[in-house]
Formats: sequence, structure tokens, C-alpha cells
Amino acid sequence: MTRIAIDPVTRIGGHLRIEAEVSGGVVADAWSSATMFRGLELVLRGRDPRDAWLFAQRICGSCTGVQALASVRAVEHALGATVPRNARLVRNIMAGTQYLLDHVLHFYHQHALDWVDVESARRADPAATSTFALATSGWPHSSTSHFRDARDRLERFLASGQLGPFANGPWGHPAYRLSAEANLLVVAHYLEALDWQRAIAQIHTILGGKNPHPQTFLVGGMALAPPWGGPNRGLPGEHPQQIDKRAPAALSEASLAEIAELLAAAKSFVDQVYVPDVLLVAGHYPEWAAIGAGIGNYLSYGEFPADDTPEPALFLPRGRVMGRVMARVGGVDQAAVTETVTHAWYTYDGDPDGLRNPLEGQTNARYAGPPLPYATLAGSEKYSWLKAPRYQDEPMEVGPLARILVAYVEGRTEVRAAVQRAVTALGVGPEALFSTLGRMVARAVEAEVIASQLGTWHRELTGSLADGDLAFADLGRWEPGSWPQEARGWSLGEAPGGALGHWVTIRDRTIEGYQIVDASTWNGSPRDGKGRRGAWEEALVGTPVADPERPLEILRTLRSFDPCTACGVHAFDPDDPGPLQVRITRRVAR
Amino acid sequence: MIRLDDGLLAALLDRGVSRRSFLRFSTAMAAALALPASYAPRIAAAVATAPRLPVIWLRGQDCAGNTTAFLRATKPTVSELVLDLLSIDYHETIMAPAGAAADLSRTTTMEAYPDGYVAIVEGGVPTADGGVHCTVGGRAFRDVVREVCDGALITIAVGSCAFDGGAPAAAGGPTGAVGVAGIVPGGRLITLPGCPLNVENLTATIVHYLTFRELPPTDGRGRPLFAYGGLIHNQCERRAHFEFGEFVLAWGDEGAQKGWCLYKMGCKGPEAFANCPTVRYGAGTTWTVKAGHGCIGCTMPGFWDAMTPAYRRLPPPLPIVPTVSVDHVGQALVGGVAALTVAHGGASIVRSRRARAAARRRAARAADGAEPVGTPAAIAGGPDGAEGAGPAGTGVR
Repeated sequence: MTRIAIDPVTRIGGHLRIEAEVSGGVVADAWSSATMFRGLELVLRGRDPRDAWLFAQRICGSCTGVQALASVRAVEHALGATVPRNARLVRNIMAGTQYLLDHVLHFYHQHALDWVDVESARRADPAATSTFALATSGWPHSSTSHFRDARDRLERFLASGQLGPFANGPWGHPAYRLSAEANLLVVAHYLEALDWQRAIAQIHTILGGKNPHPQTFLVGGMALAPPWGGPNRGLPGEHPQQIDKRAPAALSEASLAEIAELLAAAKSFVDQVYVPDVLLVAGHYPEWAAIGAGIGNYLSYGEFPADDTPEPALFLPRGRVMGRVMARVGGVDQAAVTETVTHAWYTYDGDPDGLRNPLEGQTNARYAGPPLPYATLAGSEKYSWLKAPRYQDEPMEVGPLARILVAYVEGRTEVRAAVQRAVTALGVGPEALFSTLGRMVARAVEAEVIASQLGTWHRELTGSLADGDLAFADLGRWEPGSWPQEARGWSLGEAPGGALGHWVTIRDRTIEGYQIVDASTWNGSPRDGKGRRGAWEEALVGTPVADPERPLEILRTLRSFDPCTACGVHAFDPDDPGPLQVRITRRVAR
Repeated sequence: MIRLDDGLLAALLDRGVSRRSFLRFSTAMAAALALPASYAPRIAAAVATAPRLPVIWLRGQDCAGNTTAFLRATKPTVSELVLDLLSIDYHETIMAPAGAAADLSRTTTMEAYPDGYVAIVEGGVPTADGGVHCTVGGRAFRDVVREVCDGALITIAVGSCAFDGGAPAAAGGPTGAVGVAGIVPGGRLITLPGCPLNVENLTATIVHYLTFRELPPTDGRGRPLFAYGGLIHNQCERRAHFEFGEFVLAWGDEGAQKGWCLYKMGCKGPEAFANCPTVRYGAGTTWTVKAGHGCIGCTMPGFWDAMTPAYRRLPPPLPIVPTVSVDHVGQALVGGVAALTVAHGGASIVRSRRARAAARRRAARAADGAEPVGTPAAIAGGPDGAEGAGPAGTGVR
């Protein structure tokens, strides 16, 4: 039995430590420890609720914008604001764009190096790589000279002796299996994806003023306005400002056309580069379709409202798939969510191991790990800044796989078709999704489905503006005088990494309590009071490890979740005389 | 006109940099640094012949937003930065190795280039309770920062959290977060606040160093004057509407559609110093005011407290002195929040009460002797007391 620690876990956001016991070449047990805490939820107390999204947005600058969206939705729910159609469509476009950015960046720049040996790509034959690329995809940048340039650039880089981020990588590890040509193909696309993401992020920049942290959200809508006269009606001469360069440009005809082009470019890259590369890598590692399954319970809050009613239909549905049974989708009720702190750096009054619904939630944190610096968390019963959320007292996995499974089982045609194409290409059945490989494939499937839908939202937006609907914000709840003395609200939605919930209580026009439970809280959860592991921990058990000194396989399964701990950590206040009581009302309407 | 001799051009081409893109880059850098265009050849030569600068990029109480901004760099692009200009030897978000192998990348660079690498720090540094709120490899992040920055050629604090603690240091934040200056006082520190920073300012700072072998001129808090020397309000394309009294009065109204001034919607441009209106984001495409939302003052000290509520109009400046405009208030605020605190003081009883409570907590911690240096209160005054963040500034922090 060997106990190993990986800290820092790299190619993720946030700070994560993994400890694992390896026995007989297989992980026997694992512990997930979030090692950074900021306390943003406490910072939010006492603020103007209209400012909340600015703070909450800073939870994560990688999957940027989605926390802002969750926050304005929660406050809108509390105050009763109704978001206009145009704002819903802009939000869908911005969030959907973020899913594509996140998934592509995650694959190439965070996950691919676990499967692709960069060092080996030096020995690739560019002509053979070109033939290989053209056989699997219609992507135009697949000529011999393109791959020769990429290889030469890589060769110059590696020969310089300054290996930068590639230094000390696990190159030559026996677990790598791609040919030199396949390695070169993905490395070339690693570089192309860097340029691609910069171009696609321009959608956020145009609509949000900047990226990351786009800054045009509002409680009630978006701080956007079509240029005077409307984007599709020039009305020359009506007012000189309409052609003034000072006029807002986010929704000008030129901007909307540029966004349409960028969305098309995003879709081309997803369809012709990202999805084929995922299938290429997955096809070479078929045994990973039987590794890393983990808990087997999947939760999706659903995302992308399709209408403007209080309970909108969702493009990606809400639901649960339990016990890997692909027959039925269970409902979702926030009242079934509980958290325990038996193994987290928090305490509960009364029963220290109790299950607490967030309605009775307490957040009294006390660091109870070893004194700094430490070499191991072994012996620390409490070992993480993450609490342990459970649904009906069951641990759950959230993320793209959960969303795709719920949509698949619910029978969403576009999702079923995309899943079918992927698993057919790999020569496996849909049950192969319950795995490390399945998470990688589900993420690509989801990108494909969202990339197709983004164009529809864009057409709806331009159509709405052309019809003369210029509203982007509900101002009925903007002035604090219109607010009730007390208000409570929440939002259940999705971030690229998984289910994301914000809860806010407002009293006397300021925030009284604010709580966030998101993807990393679920997936990165430590053990609960019954000793059951969280999703990352459970998925690691049974993962083979050829060389405990270089535990590449552990990182493969771990990174298949797109782990990012910046978002999952709760708040505490060591100087408060009592526990931070966060009141959350039962969810009756969105 | 930029002239490149054959040797320099060959070196450029050998690096896979096209001549045109490189000249464009050099010219853009000269503009960003507020240098005459005649400096472009010098910049081109310096950058083309310099070895790739080793970089150790540390992340503390961060959101990875500055890392993401780095990914969005356009002049040069991130792939050019990573492959041609810099050697990013340690950056947890992008590096291939993990765990002990990642540590090895950091220590190898520190040993191979003593006083020869650039330390970039993103995120705040928690100081409460011995630094338990952020650890890397079982060590307090604070200790890692000290170790890495002590041996660095220069240290660049990117974003507002590394500048002064940022969001985790705002009122109510319990972790005792401070900026890099609170951990590694003095020395060769450049700060690039902003939430996140504008990445063009980071590349310009690095290029300035490569060209002149010295840091660009800064204010007392380490902010380069080329980026933080001008008031946003004075550079804003909506400024003329301010002069004419044309204001957005409600979201989406006629003024919003015509791009009028956002001052009455709470825009903090009259009190914030940065080059956002001129450098902009996304290769100079736009910035928040152009898109339609006011500035939140994110480059200013303690902005999460000093510049919020975000939608409250800045107070009219001293109405009894009619010749004083919001500009004067802004000018009084170069680098400090003291006047701002006065201006806002008393307006928010809730907030000042909270700030007092926070100050009490910090004082109590300091009295315990646990954190004799580097507490937020100590940092707010800063090493440069003349800069304006006096006792009042301490209070708001």
C-alpha cells in the first residue's frame, strides 16, 4: 500500500490536492481536498443586491459569465423581475458561447496532455499526418505544410532547451498510446485552439464589453441597447448620433453580423476539429470506457430557457439519472438537497454529523487540518474546504455527462442523435458513457449540440430586434423602493462544469445571506457522515496506476470532470459569535 | 519607418514570427507605452534578440480571470507569448506536470536563473490563521510568494486581488487577504490592477523591460503611468455627452440607444484611472462603457468597498464650490481613496459600520501578534504614505 499526494493538481482552476492509496497497481482509496478559500459569500452580505452579480462573477474567471448569470437570476427571482426575451437570448448566446470555450479549452489545454505525448509529436511525418487528418475531417488546415510548420515550431521550441509549460511532463509514460502522427495532429490543434478561443471570446467582448468578466448584466436584463433607430433600420438623418462612433456598438448591424460569423466559425471548429479529435483520442484508449465510472448518480438542473414564462422549458433538461439506469429521469426538488460537514473544515451546532437542508444550513468553519506545512492529510478526519452535498442523502455527479444522460434518457432528439453518432464511431454502446472516457465524449457531444443551437438563438434575437422589440431590461424592480422588506430567491441552472445554484435573502434592501452550491461542491465533495466518497474520490477508486511516482492515470480520471475548485468553497466568519444562518425558502417557482 | 537588418529579420523568421505581425506588434507596443513610433525598431530589436524570459506564474486567492485574460492576448497572441516571447515555466493552469513534478519546474527555474526570472502573481494572499486559507503542496501560499518573489528579477502583480487583496479583502472577507506588496514590500514590483487586468498592459510592461532593461515609470503603488496615468472620464468616447448634459437616465432609454453618458447610472469613470477607453479589450474592439454598462472602477484601491454600490451616482462634487467638477474630485484621487472615503462617508451607515467591524477584527488580530506585518490596515497606508491613502483610506478598507 502506497499513499501518494498530488498537490498542486495542475491544469485546473482553483487549488486542489488529491491523496490516494495505491495497492497492487490500482487506486484503493482517494481523498479530495480543496485547499483555497476566499469567503466571497460573506463579502456579499450587506451589499446592494443589484451589485451581487459583480461579486459572484469573480467566483470563477475561467467559466466566466455563468456565475453572473446565476446571480442575477437569483436576485430577479427574489424581487420578481421578468427578463425580456431579448435579454434571455443574449444571455443564452453568452452562456452557450462559454460552454464551447470551456469544453474546447478543457480538452486541448487541460486534458489532452494526459493522452497525447508532446515529445513524440517531434517524430511525426507531416505528410502522413495530413493524410490521416483529411481522412477523418474536412477541416481545411490539414495540409502537409501546415503540419510541417507545426512540427518545426514544436521542434524549435523543444530544442531551445526552454520547455516552459511542457517541462517535466510525463512524456514517454507507458500509458501513452497514440502514434506520433496522431500526437502531432492534436498538438497542432492545441495551438490552433489557442487562436480559436481568442476569436470566439470576441462574442463576449462585443456583448459584454470585455472578457473575462463581461460587464453588461443587470438585475432585470442586460445593459444593452440597440443603436438609435434599431440595428436593421438605418433611418439616416433622424439623429446624428446613430452614425456617431460613440453610439453603443454591441448590437449594431455590424456587431450582430460579426457575432453570427463567429458562431459559425465556432461550430466549424467544434464539428471538424474538436469532436473528431475527441473520438480519435477516445478510440485509442477503449479500456478507459470501463474505468472511472464513479458514483453512478447524475444530477442536472437544466439550462438555456426556451421561453419567457416563470417555469420555462429548458433546452438541456432538468432531472436525475440514478444508479446508471437509463430508463427513467427523476425529478429535482431543492428540498432534497442536504449538506454534511463531518469531513469538511466546518462544524455544525447540535448534531455534528447531521444532514442539513440548506434551509437550516450553517456554515461555521474551523480549519482542522494538520499544521502548515504538512506532508499528508492522513490522520485528519476533516480534510477539505468543500462541504459534502447530497441529494436525498445520495452522492451525485454533475457536469456535461449528467446533462447529456438526462437529455438522452428524456429522449431529446438532437442529443440522442449526437450520442448515437459518437458511440457508433467508437464501436460501443451508450452505457460506455459511464466512465472516464464517457465524460470526455459527453462534453464533445454537448458542444456539438450547443454549437448548433447558438445560431438559432442569434436568429431569434435579430428577428426580435427587426420586429421592433427593443426591450433588454425589466425596470419594474430596478428601484429599491419597489422591493419588499424581505425577499428570498434562488436560481437552479448549469455552468459548463455542472449544476449551479445561487440562493439569496434580502432584508431592508441589502443582502442578508448568500449561498452558492455548484459543480465543484458536488463533484469535489469529501466523504459524508456515512463515509461515502464524493464523485471525484469514488471515480478514482479502481483506477490503475502503472507508476506511483508518475500517477498519470489518476489525473486522467480526475481531469475528465473538468475539476475547478475556485467555485465550490463556502464562506465562514471566524469572528462571528454565532453560526452564519442562511435562510432558504422552499423552491416553488423559478 | 521600421528597418530591420537581415540578421534580425532572420532571427524573427526563425522563431516562426511573420515580419508583418512582428512590426505591427512593435508599433502597437510603442503606442501602448506612449512612446514615439520611432521607438518601434528598438522594441523590435530588443524583443527579437532577447532569450525567452523565464516566468513563474503563481495563483493564490484567485479566480483565474487574469490567466484567462492572458489567454485572450492579441498583440502578441498567447501562442506567440508562450512559444516565442516568454518561457512559462510554472503556471498551474497550463503546465503539463502536476504535484512534485510541478514543484520541480518551479525550483529548477529559480535555481537556474537566480534574479533572472519574472514572477507573476495572480490572486490575493491570505494572512489570517497562518495562511491556512490557501496552500500549495501543503505550504502556505504566503511562503511560496515570499520565496519566489525574493529571487525574481521583477515581480508583476496581475489583477486587483494581487494588487491589494481585491474581492477576498473587501469588507466581510475573513481571510486577511492582502496584495503582493503586503508580502514582499518594496523592490521591483509592478502592479497591474483591474478585474481582470487588461492583458495589453502586461505585454507592454514586459516589452518595456526587454527594450530598456528597466521597469516603466510607475506611481507610488507600482502602477505603470502609461496605463494608469489617465482618468477614464477624460479618455471616454462618451465624454462629450457629459459636457452637453446628455445622460442615460434609465436602462435602454433614448440616451442609452444614442450612447449618452452613463454618469447618472453610477459610472465610476470620473474617479478611476486606467487606459480602458483607449486600449480597450478584444484587440481594441470595445470596453464596458462602449457596450453600455458603466465603469465599476476596478483598477482603484479597495474598489469593492470604495466604488460600490455600483449603480449609485457619484456624489456631486462640493456644490458650494461651483467651479469644482467631478474631474477635480477624480484628480484628487490619483492613487488614493482617502478623498473618496470622505465623499462617500456618512452616505452609507451600514457600510461604515461593517468597515469599522472589519477594522476592529483586524486590529484584534494584529494585537494578538499573529500578523505583525502585512495586515490589510498596514497595506492600505502602503509604503508610500504620500499617495493619499491615509487614515481615512485605512478605514474604508
